[in-house]
Amino acid sequence: MATNAPSRVKKLINDVANVVPESLAGLGRAHPDLVKIDSANLVVLRAGGPRPGKVSLVSGGGSGHEPLHGGFVGLGMLDAACAGHVFTSPVPDQMEAATRAVDGGAGVLHIVKNYTGDVLNFQLAAELVAGDVEVATVVTNDDVAVQDSLYTAGRRGVGGTVLVEKIAGAHAEAGGSLAAVAATAVKVNANVRSMGMALTSCVVPAAGTPTFDLPDDEIEIGIGIHGEPGRRREKIAPVDDIARMLVDPIVSDLGLERGERVLAFVNGMGGTPLIELYVAFNSVAKLLDQRGIEIGRSLVGNYITSLEMAGFSVSLLRLDDSLAELWDAPVHTPALRWGV
Amino acid sequence: MFDALESWLRLSAARIHEQAPALTALDQAIGDGDHGINMDRGFAAILVQLDAGAPEVEGDVARAGTMLRTAGRTLISTVGGAAGPLYGTAFVRAGSTLVAAESSTADGELVLAALEAAIAGIAGLGKATAGEKTMLDALVPALTSGREALGAGSTVAEITRVIAEAAEAGAIATIPLLATKGRASYLGERSVGHQDPGATSSALLLRSLADAVAAA
Repeated sequence: MATNAPSRVKKLINDVANVVPESLAGLGRAHPDLVKIDSANLVVLRAGGPRPGKVSLVSGGGSGHEPLHGGFVGLGMLDAACAGHVFTSPVPDQMEAATRAVDGGAGVLHIVKNYTGDVLNFQLAAELVAGDVEVATVVTNDDVAVQDSLYTAGRRGVGGTVLVEKIAGAHAEAGGSLAAVAATAVKVNANVRSMGMALTSCVVPAAGTPTFDLPDDEIEIGIGIHGEPGRRREKIAPVDDIARMLVDPIVSDLGLERGERVLAFVNGMGGTPLIELYVAFNSVAKLLDQRGIEIGRSLVGNYITSLEMAGFSVSLLRLDDSLAELWDAPVHTPALRWGV
Repeated sequence: MFDALESWLRLSAARIHEQAPALTALDQAIGDGDHGINMDRGFAAILVQLDAGAPEVEGDVARAGTMLRTAGRTLISTVGGAAGPLYGTAFVRAGSTLVAAESSTADGELVLAALEAAIAGIAGLGKATAGEKTMLDALVPALTSGREALGAGSTVAEITRVIAEAAEAGAIATIPLLATKGRASYLGERSVGHQDPGATSSALLLRSLADAVAAA
């Protein structure tokens, strides 16, 4: 089958069916010192096998959000990441294989983004290893664009997931127990809120055409990470104005007060250049200045993406000294590295 | 029972394959646009499992139940998304009900008991009830109608026909509903006016059951 037929958006692929395995193979070839690929199960494992006595972290989800999750496997972050088809949850067999492979006897924390498919598959996986491996599960749900009510599946897990993986990973590396590491993950999730926006759609490789139509002069506010719709559509505006549409709901939902300190995370959706992401970060910083909120730590870049979607998301994490210390702890993964 | 249910699984696989683009199109409107693709992958794997031969289990009904349990595990292992665990659990529970059934039970009662167990599995795992624009909106009215038919003394062929009709009506009746579970719930009011893909695939499975039983 011609995968680059004229009607399809051009992509760097060989065969649509092999995008995920070939991408994982490339990750493994690029970073053999950090990760090992279980190609039968489509799982990215930390190189060197399980660490005896260390709590292990396993995450996973649909592909298309790279570097999440496979790019965050390594020292001070994840021990394994399960890759599903693009935008489709992996299956319990993958999570079971990952969980058994990384267990060092101290238990395994599953970090799950709040989407029905991911939650159900991880739940079945935990049942499959029950009795053999102690598993705790933390579900991330930081997206303020979705109303958390009886009438939705609950808020989606988005940018805050990256911060949960980094900070809980640092706590596990420092020797925290499963209960303590899980509590840290819950604490991060409880203190982080995110909201995103899109300038353009994304193109799922198997579909070959844009997931949604967005007129040239419109943007989608509150976009998810699968091209699913957000709160509303607006006319394109200066990024100062767009940043306010994201920061205001976050600050209000998190109840951030003057004098508080945050980690400010401006995340690219995959198709926006860094020059624009830094313009956006500057806008976010000015808004936080006006509200008397101090930026204690920051992260800017493409870390949880939606294929080639253009746009960005803002995540704000309320920081205390212990979270800041865990954030600063050494990390060495394909996508995030400092302190080593 | 075994032969009828094996024909059912094969017929379902053929129809899922044929209807995969339509199911995916429904899912593109209110979900993430992969329901047909994922279900087709799962049922193709079930066909491979069926071709490998019948399970070596004593008793026709128990053998049928074992086949359904294996099919359920296959769906869990291959479909992904929410549909994999939900349908997989439904088939495992239905199969377990048949495995545990008294050999003297009438076929119509067996079918309804298996359907009831499947519904309980989906409702428990998905924390859902009928009326939330999910597969339960096809399955729950199907069970209700099937029970009425059983009470009226219908044959298993009549019961499965009534079940299929109620499921199809239930799937169509999801169009005006507001989704409150799954990814469609993020759309809020915008989910109204679209037929639920999960209810549609459930109706397709139950129509296949009626046709397989009628042909048996």
